[in-house]
Amino acid sequence: MEVFIYGLARGSTLALMAVGFSFAYGVSRLPNFAHGAFYILAGFATWVFAQSLGLNYVLSIAISLVLLAAIGAAMYRFILIRVRGMEVSEIIASYALGVAILEALRCKFVGTGFSTPVFIEGTIKVAGVPIDLQRVVIIAGGVVVIGLIWAFTHYTRLGLSLRGIAQDERAALMLGIDSDRAATIALAIGSALAALAAVIILPVGSITVNEGYDVLISALAVCIIGGLGSWTGTILAAFILGFAGTLTATYIGTMWESVVVVAAIILVLLLKPSGLFGRQKEFEERV
Amino acid sequence: MSISEEVVLQARNVSKTFGGVKAVNEVSFDLHGGEIMGIIGPNGSGKTTLINLVTGFVKPDSGKVFFKGKELTGLPPHRIADLGVTRTFQVMRPYASLPAYKNLIVPLCSPRVKRSSGGKLGDRDIVCIDLLEEVGFERDAYVPYKIASSLPLGYLKRLELARCLALRPEVVICDEVFSGLSMAEIATMIPVIERLQMEGMTIIMIEHRLRELFRLADKVMVLNFGEKIAEGVAEEVMENEAVREAYMGKEEK
Amino acid sequence: MGTEARRKERLDRGVKVRTEKLYAVSGWQEITYLVLPRLALILGLLILPLVMPSMYWQKVLCSMGVFALLAIAFDFLAHYVGLVCLGGALFTGVGAYISGLLSSSTGLSPALTIPIATLGGGLICTLLLLPCLPLRGVYFAIVTIIYPLAIVRILTALNIWGGTEGISALATFPNIWVEVYLILGMVLIVLFALRRLVNEDYGLVLRGIKDNDQAVRASGINVTFYKAQAVFITAAIGCFCGAYLSCLYGWCGLSLFALDFSILPIAATVMGGLGTLVGPLLGACILTPLSEVLRAIGTWRIVIYCVVLLSFIVFKPEGLMNWIQRKYHQFEHWEKI
Repeated sequence: MEVFIYGLARGSTLALMAVGFSFAYGVSRLPNFAHGAFYILAGFATWVFAQSLGLNYVLSIAISLVLLAAIGAAMYRFILIRVRGMEVSEIIASYALGVAILEALRCKFVGTGFSTPVFIEGTIKVAGVPIDLQRVVIIAGGVVVIGLIWAFTHYTRLGLSLRGIAQDERAALMLGIDSDRAATIALAIGSALAALAAVIILPVGSITVNEGYDVLISALAVCIIGGLGSWTGTILAAFILGFAGTLTATYIGTMWESVVVVAAIILVLLLKPSGLFGRQKEFEERV
Repeated sequence: MSISEEVVLQARNVSKTFGGVKAVNEVSFDLHGGEIMGIIGPNGSGKTTLINLVTGFVKPDSGKVFFKGKELTGLPPHRIADLGVTRTFQVMRPYASLPAYKNLIVPLCSPRVKRSSGGKLGDRDIVCIDLLEEVGFERDAYVPYKIASSLPLGYLKRLELARCLALRPEVVICDEVFSGLSMAEIATMIPVIERLQMEGMTIIMIEHRLRELFRLADKVMVLNFGEKIAEGVAEEVMENEAVREAYMGKEEK
Repeated sequence: MGTEARRKERLDRGVKVRTEKLYAVSGWQEITYLVLPRLALILGLLILPLVMPSMYWQKVLCSMGVFALLAIAFDFLAHYVGLVCLGGALFTGVGAYISGLLSSSTGLSPALTIPIATLGGGLICTLLLLPCLPLRGVYFAIVTIIYPLAIVRILTALNIWGGTEGISALATFPNIWVEVYLILGMVLIVLFALRRLVNEDYGLVLRGIKDNDQAVRASGINVTFYKAQAVFITAAIGCFCGAYLSCLYGWCGLSLFALDFSILPIAATVMGGLGTLVGPLLGACILTPLSEVLRAIGTWRIVIYCVVLLSFIVFKPEGLMNWIQRKYHQFEHWEKI
């Protein structure tokens, strides 16, 4: 039971971390390797607004979300748009930006002890297992975010056009959907999702720069296992990896977790490269 | 022009489903040595998918493909090409950064060519130019030395064909080599293909240009919605009611 | 300048045209034109250690050589095979640990540990990366990001091979001249060997794979096998660098998996010009001394690499070397339209 609840919490955490990357990649086919950096940047931004500037907590969260969305859009508008189509440069550019942000933060925020307050204090007991309320918030947040994305891509005009681009860019272009605008929006939303994940998850631990790399690894692992660009796959893979991680941590030892992640990626790439739930793309992605 | 008795390429009940849509459904055919078979059908009828299934680029859900009695199903594309079944692509993407003739160095590096030439190919550049001439490039013109991405469509199609021929294959599968070409260009392509047949190659042609295809093809197979609806000599096939329906729609009365 | 319509016209210099296709080069002008840049490069690299003012700068030259090698290898893999390796640190780390473990357990000299680490490490890295080679697209980049980070976690967690302390007191090189000339010689060999390779048939196949892997497969060539070979070449170069560094410091540890070894080569490559192979060397020659000067500011230097990298990608995507080559081979003038 304990494993189940912690697995659920960890699964939601991973899903929140990965969903932004997956969303942006799904629409624009641009891998945002600055994802982990955006996540941590949002954490520090919230901390600065709330602790240093003394703003209201909710307000600081809102500002961080908007800020990160703007950064995501700016990244596309000023950097990625110039290298669009050149695969090598696309990859290098976003990764370089991510590393630059992370290492700059490492210099700026020396030491530990940066953390944002939890939303709700206290713990509750679910089926005899104590769990702190912030983890419940994470699970709830995961569900809400996933629901919102689903509603957004199925019921709003903008969401539908993004989905159109994701499925067939050329056809969507012919129907008059501006692919640059769509990619800007997708990266803005993806970055905002990274920020949202950060503000929900970070109160549980403390904000450190290395966490940024960990988040990037987790997000990438989840996306590969679930199938790059597949949104349902991402969510399911997050929970699979979450449970796998919790099981390893409980029964074998915490240190084996990263081994499990790497092993899972290799296994998936070997057996089903399009991801566990990826759509039929053998011809496109497999050489 | 003699068609041998031997069945070179054989497909048995090949099927492939993409996301619930039956792209190819239980298609079978026999191809004799030296024969030219045309595959026709409306857009989206599964012609290219069938080729992908035969050449191993897509794995069939069920059914089997044989080449001279050897099973091809499950082999990776490069193994199938190595055995002598090669194809052109409908969407041509030459090795853009290289001059046209250098494009042909790549197939010349394949194990199949190395085996057949015994490692003694001579000057590769000359072999490449010869190959290009074979598919109708002018020998002394500047064209073969141009960067491949700047070639006009007609030459790209020829280059694509030359890439196949470099392997000295037994079966060539041409995916729409005529589409997008002018009548004059097609007129120069037809003898190329006739000569290939004369040399004993077995050829499958996917084509929308029916008149030109019927001049060449010994038999024609018609696909519609992934199913084979007719097969036979061109004139007979076009008399077929199902084929007329697929192409022209139901006749209103 | 105004809005006056004009464009830049570029013409090949006469001497370039004369020397390009002609093998019987006649005059001293043509010979100088062809030989001078190559000679300047070779002699320059060989003389450089002699004119360095101190031991410290000779050591800097060593690390410059390492980064140049890594950058050349990155360029080869990214531009000619289309595989973007974001984790060059994987190679240096694996190479360093193999040579370090060999040296500490058997006491072999660098003359043996480095070649073993180069080949063995290349093989291990190729096997590690093999699962993503049949795939196209970003998989290779993703997996190469993950490996070095994950290996550091694993080594720390398991606390094997010295854990976070690393392995120290390894066999080192006899003197500074061996150190400097080994790496610079290697840079020259790798540079000219790869230059040769990418223009041979083998290189044409690799470039074909980058442009259109489907067509290469349809030509009966095993794409994965070729990619694996290219990765092996790159990995072996990276492992050589790692092994060399472990012998240079007499120590190997987790910092050989550090981000510097992934990012600086990429920055050097982009700065020097993707696909030129000489460009990355030039980039490394500029960035390494720069980062030594900036050593005082610590981690900021990674930020600086990244900013340099981004600005080159955005504002000067062709890189320095292409620019220099153009100036050398062509003259340009403005022409009114």
